[in-house]
Amino acid sequence: MADNTINTKQDEIIEKFSMLDGDMEMMIGYLMELGEKLPEMPESLKTEDNIVKGCQSKVWLTADENAGKLHFQADSNTAITKGLVSLLVSILNNGRIDDILNADLYFVHKIGMNRFIGTQRSNGFLSMIKQIKMYALAYKTKLENEA
Amino acid sequence: MSTAVAPELDIQKIRKDFPILEQKVNGKPLIYFDNAATTQKPKQVIDAISEYYEGYNANIHRGLHSLAEKATTAFEDSRKIFQKFINAAEVEEVIFTKGTTDGINLIANAYGRKFLQEGDEILITAMEHHSNIVPWQIIAEEKGAFLKVVPVNTKGEISLDDVEQLITDKTKIVSVVYASNSLGTVNPVKEIAKLAHAKNAIMVVDGAQASSHCVVDVQDLDCDFYATSGHKMYGPTGCGILYGKRAILEEMTPYQGGGEMIHNVSFDKTTYNDIPYKFEAGTPNIADVVALKHAAEYIDAIGKDNIMAHEQALTQHAHERLSEVPGINFYGTAAEKVSVVSFTIDNVHPYDAGMMLDAKGIAVRTGHHCTQPLMDHFGIEGTIRASFSVYNTIEEINFFADSLKDIVAKFS
Repeated sequence: MADNTINTKQDEIIEKFSMLDGDMEMMIGYLMELGEKLPEMPESLKTEDNIVKGCQSKVWLTADENAGKLHFQADSNTAITKGLVSLLVSILNNGRIDDILNADLYFVHKIGMNRFIGTQRSNGFLSMIKQIKMYALAYKTKLENEA
Repeated sequence: MSTAVAPELDIQKIRKDFPILEQKVNGKPLIYFDNAATTQKPKQVIDAISEYYEGYNANIHRGLHSLAEKATTAFEDSRKIFQKFINAAEVEEVIFTKGTTDGINLIANAYGRKFLQEGDEILITAMEHHSNIVPWQIIAEEKGAFLKVVPVNTKGEISLDDVEQLITDKTKIVSVVYASNSLGTVNPVKEIAKLAHAKNAIMVVDGAQASSHCVVDVQDLDCDFYATSGHKMYGPTGCGILYGKRAILEEMTPYQGGGEMIHNVSFDKTTYNDIPYKFEAGTPNIADVVALKHAAEYIDAIGKDNIMAHEQALTQHAHERLSEVPGINFYGTAAEKVSVVSFTIDNVHPYDAGMMLDAKGIAVRTGHHCTQPLMDHFGIEGTIRASFSVYNTIEEINFFADSLKDIVAKFS
């Protein structure tokens, strides 16, 4: 049975952004709050290997698997980008591997991400999504090989 | 530099010449502080582009018909205006280019390729824009020449003693930025030219930032080349000028071939046109060159001394007000500087500050400003850079400083 948790969380975010009514300062404030909520990432994980390629700012992202679900840890050297990665983690954390792989992240389009963070940051944001899906695919392959 | 106090310029009247400034960005009135990247354009320049396309668009120099004649006259008028604008001795010493980068590449390829030899040296400074580093690296590698670099001190200045020491008998080219885009530092290019000439090296001046902020007199500077861009002096993008002394230009071999730059072409041998045309292969950017003339006239109408005095007043005020921002560190505090204020703030990443300022309608530049070696020298990734122009106001700077204080408070 499909797990709708990811979509429920996306819908909450769309709702939140619609309340901000396109006010750029409020959106940035909201993202920074989200970034502050992100659990601290151990310094030992902030390695070159864990950097998401394609982001202007530095973004570190790792994934661990437990009982078919993925747990993410992330950080960034800029507050707004930390908010962006936190947004993704809040939607996808503890999701089932297949749900993450198949997730249609429609919130990106719905909240008009491209318009408010600009093309370069949007590309960076898409790189984060790609990295998350790569982790999911890697774990799926690993589990299938172990089975 | 002018020591005059801020003149009674009617800035509100000047602002009305720049239609783009009337808009709101993110719901806030636009405050445009990214003038070192490109300035905005006055109506006079914008209108000249439409007038050209609506009234006399034609290819220049070769056509006999009336439109071609009118376009050619307008294009060559622009050359005459720029001869005066930089005080070149002869109109033929003014070459139209795509901009400063194009001009420096032209020198590297048409002068460097012919005259550089293995073991020769090219001297630049640590504050150069990538466009005054990379063309030299490319040609140096090809010819087995070396790039040497004059260091900068903590204020972002170079020392003439260092320059003198670093110019050797092997130095063939000295290429220095007149006004630094990252720091604002105005370099003593006239004195450097003397040192270069004493060792028979040629002097290239990167004038990208200087043309709208400094008095430019190429004869007084006695530089051999002066490259600049139209778009940083209220003109259109994609056009600029390269000044070169006649004797040197005549010795150089063109590096781009094509239409316009030839006398006669046969499959056996091609002879080149005279200067400046031998360096202007292909149909040039006619519309923008024609409009660029209006940018020069616009500057002259206000008076460069008046513009410089206003910008100096803005820069001084910005330094004073920004000093109130907790954790601010300025980069570029040279005694002689143009209207660029570059800084970092402790615990605030420049990207965050840039985006938060944008949310308040303020456009600044963040990052390395195409001067990565300079950022490495200071041990930073980049800065926040505010750069001012004639249409900026004290009120805008006050709002900027207050906004930065708000932003810093969010990080504490």
